[in-house]
Amino acid sequence: METNTGTNRPRINWLKYASPKTFYPLAGKLIPWCAVSAAVLIAYGLYIGLLVAPTDFQQGEGYRIIFVHVPAAWFSMFLYLLMAMYAGLGLVLNARLSYMMATAIAPTGAMFTLIALVTGSLWGKPMWGAWWVWDARLTSELILLFLYIGYFSLQAAIDDKNRADKASAVLALVGAINVPIIYFSVKWWNTLHQGASVSLTQAPAMAAIMLKGMLIMAVGFWLYSIAVILMRVRCEILERDSKTAMIRQD
Amino acid sequence: MKARHKRFGLIAVGLILLVIATVLITKSFRSNLVFFFSPTQVEKGEAPKTGSFRIGGLVENGSLKRMPDGLHVQFKVTDTAKSIPVQYKGILPDLFKEGKGVVAEGKLNENGLFEASQVLAKHDENYMPPEAAAAIEAANAAKTKESVK
Repeated sequence: METNTGTNRPRINWLKYASPKTFYPLAGKLIPWCAVSAAVLIAYGLYIGLLVAPTDFQQGEGYRIIFVHVPAAWFSMFLYLLMAMYAGLGLVLNARLSYMMATAIAPTGAMFTLIALVTGSLWGKPMWGAWWVWDARLTSELILLFLYIGYFSLQAAIDDKNRADKASAVLALVGAINVPIIYFSVKWWNTLHQGASVSLTQAPAMAAIMLKGMLIMAVGFWLYSIAVILMRVRCEILERDSKTAMIRQD
Repeated sequence: MKARHKRFGLIAVGLILLVIATVLITKSFRSNLVFFFSPTQVEKGEAPKTGSFRIGGLVENGSLKRMPDGLHVQFKVTDTAKSIPVQYKGILPDLFKEGKGVVAEGKLNENGLFEASQVLAKHDENYMPPEAAAAIEAANAAKTKESVK
């Protein structure tokens, strides 16, 4: 056996997945796994959140909206950063797949932002006494929604795909500054919105079973995001590369 | 230097400038980004003199008075250093309680009474079952007893 020839060394060439041609089938294989585990985890998270977790000492049963609200808000911010990162990679490396990923992430991020805003509004009325207030947290989250909408509107407004990608990538990168503002708004300014119950630096300010439900929901949302983003990126690949040989082979 | 290094450099410099600009902007708008003023800030005259603004703090223990007409309420908002009397006509949110957070919007009249047009409850970020809250309260009560001794 000749092991040191270098040609058949078992090294995986990760970069090959940066090409739409090889990424397309890989994404196809990942989608069902992510989708099924997302469904299971979200169902389990809702079960814990709505049935197992105890009532809250001050908000009673009404606090249970947290199991959707907080994970949705996390992913509204996280997906924006991810989108901005892919947009930045696209600009630097001129990698088409990066732009396609950024394009595919935007609608899911916008959806989570909308869910966070709507559930927050429904939660605000009974607890605070108002559907909406213009405090720093709520306002900056609303700006996030506008950034997402602006991102895919700008992309749709320019016919030349190449230019559309570049213009919207710049918008995505500039808008990324809003994410830390959302996150730290409750620390930096007086807001009606309360501070973070769960953060990386402090012990969580909530009972363990409540935290468990929320984290399971978050993982479920993550897997859901991966599944739909991969589906969308596959569509994007097909749409953009419809004239290349790869598709004609299939 | 390859073209992609140049592009990376341009983007990095752009982002750094953007961060600096944002920090400067948010710093200069600091007062406008404040959702409410504390009683101490109002005392110092940091709150707007005319027009309506919001005050925030805790509802002082034992200060809540419901008027006989059943609609008007009076209470004091405190930040434990200073407190401001507030008058309000309307329905209070469910979480409104003595010793809990509150944000009231309205005007300060010439007698130093804050006439609120809207009262919002501000709750904290703690979530726990009622039994746990009761246990913590009992533990705190025992601690204060101990320190009094």
